[in-house]
Amino acid sequence: MTTVSLNNLVKSYGDTQVLHGINLDIQSGEFVVLVGPSGCGKSTTLRMIAGLEEISAGDIRIGGDVVNDMEPKERNIAMVFQNYAIYPHMTVRKNIGFGLRTSKLSKDEKDARINEVSGILELTDLLDRKPNQLSGGQRQRVAIGRAMVRDPAAFLFDEPLSNLDAQLRTQMRLEIKKLHQRVGNTIIFVTHDQVEAMTMADRIVIMKDGHIQQVGTPFEVFYEPANIFVAQFIGAPSMNMLNGIVKGETIALDNGTSVQVPTTKLSENQQVAVGLRPDALLVQEGEGLFSGEVSVIEPLGTDTLAYVKVGEKEVIAKASGRTPPAVGDTVNLHAAPEAIHLFDAHTGEAIR
Amino acid sequence: MAFSDTLDTSKKASALRNSARRKRSQAQFIRWLLLFAGGIAMIMPIVFMLSTSFKYPFEVYNLNLIPEEPTIENYTYVLEDGRFFGWFTNSLLIATITTICNVLFDSLVGYVLCKYTFPGRYIIFIAILSTLMIPTEMLVIPWYLMSSAFGWLDTYWGIMFPGLMTAFGTFLMKQFFETVPDDFLEAARIDGLNELQIWWTVAMPLVRPALAALAIFVFLGNWTAFIWPLIVTNSQEMYTLPVGLTTFSVEAQVEWELIMTGAAISTIPTLIVFLVFQRYIIRGVVMAGLKG
Repeated sequence: MTTVSLNNLVKSYGDTQVLHGINLDIQSGEFVVLVGPSGCGKSTTLRMIAGLEEISAGDIRIGGDVVNDMEPKERNIAMVFQNYAIYPHMTVRKNIGFGLRTSKLSKDEKDARINEVSGILELTDLLDRKPNQLSGGQRQRVAIGRAMVRDPAAFLFDEPLSNLDAQLRTQMRLEIKKLHQRVGNTIIFVTHDQVEAMTMADRIVIMKDGHIQQVGTPFEVFYEPANIFVAQFIGAPSMNMLNGIVKGETIALDNGTSVQVPTTKLSENQQVAVGLRPDALLVQEGEGLFSGEVSVIEPLGTDTLAYVKVGEKEVIAKASGRTPPAVGDTVNLHAAPEAIHLFDAHTGEAIR
Repeated sequence: MAFSDTLDTSKKASALRNSARRKRSQAQFIRWLLLFAGGIAMIMPIVFMLSTSFKYPFEVYNLNLIPEEPTIENYTYVLEDGRFFGWFTNSLLIATITTICNVLFDSLVGYVLCKYTFPGRYIIFIAILSTLMIPTEMLVIPWYLMSSAFGWLDTYWGIMFPGLMTAFGTFLMKQFFETVPDDFLEAARIDGLNELQIWWTVAMPLVRPALAALAIFVFLGNWTAFIWPLIVTNSQEMYTLPVGLTTFSVEAQVEWELIMTGAAISTIPTLIVFLVFQRYIIRGVVMAGLKG
């Protein structure tokens, strides 16, 4: 177990800067997920930690030591790749044991380590098979086994679940989480899937265009998003966002309605964005925040998502799964005052 | 009315289908005919070679495929002639060493050109490729001058050195290494292997079909090489098999039956190599996007 620190980490390709001074401290044994859309720099950051990309400026410290000039093998980290990178010409046993090739352990010790890891990952019966005889999930476990066998200071995962189908992805998500609870190593996990990030991470690092947008626990990034990007990136469906302008005690929204909010931190005529998560905007009887006509419904079982036209804007709200509204119905939408998020319309930053 | 219309349409469709089928089978017949003719054209020299090798000298110029008086005397003569084994061994040694060197060097250069980024990489690659456009006949003189200057004339090294690495092999291997995902190499790098170990342990096994195809191409090329070994060798002991076989033709007469016997025997190693590796060569050629 070890700490990983990134200090003003910069990456440039020629004149193009793709990482603009990343600062991040990862505690020993922490499960940190880097998440963001394609091109946000999350994989580049991970590859720099691994030593596969050169550092243009800044420091990376692993276990307190600056590792900028160290080769990947000297950093005592292990990495699991998106396409598994398990060698097709080797058996599962050889693949798992590959990480021990350069180790000074005796053959018996190496075998014992391979057997232990394959036992943990339930690969014992598959040790003599070649990768083409394995399912996607089994291949992924072999890749994890190869990483585990060296007992590295930290694990790096680069979108390891992207190639799996939805069911297997859910299963592997759980397995990786259990594995972390069991071995307790520091894990840095890259994904573009916010559900993976929310379900697995101790802390989530949300990135965009080479900048960190917010670092926080899943609870924090969901309930206290730092800006509009985080608010809309985390959570599915995305947070409803309505532009408005502060008028006295209320915010006049550009869909022609208005909401009453505590405006102590707002100034008159300030332009703001009002955010409401679909699951906090409920279709209920009685006068609510807004009312509008249902244009589309998406039944999800327990709940139904209703797309409601409020003025010129469409918002997504949650309705009962048993008694959903029909398309064309006029419905009232309710939200608790604490569920309303406010953002500065110009900077996008949260107003708290 | 409607029914007869339907019937007409159905008849027309059926006629169209039959006509299309006829055209298809005609096209297929022509294709088969061309293939058959091509096959015959290719196999006839081999059949004549085998046929001649079982003939007496008086019958050589008869174009009958089956000898009137078949004999194995030619084989006995060639195999008992001590020189033949010497040439055979020379050819085998030269073709084997050249093949091993090509497999190693071409793949090493191809790997570096494919997987490493360094200034001048593209220029080096183009320079290597451009040598493919120079015919062997033009290179023979500089090779000879070089061999002469270094004292390599009439030596194994002299015969082998021009072919120890080839531009074609480098190009072929570079293209194949493109198919090896970088993740494999990076995973090995993280696991602590040095660059040479990564090439040997991870990359090379993944391009095995290409290596087999390259090995066959190089082996066959060197086994049948004639011009350069003829020029660079002086003594009969250093001759390769194709050069040695020419000694059966002397000024007064050409002993075709002996030449054909030697040629027939010399095809055996190439046949073995081909039969053993044919599945690789086919896969390799398909993967390289080349026509066989």
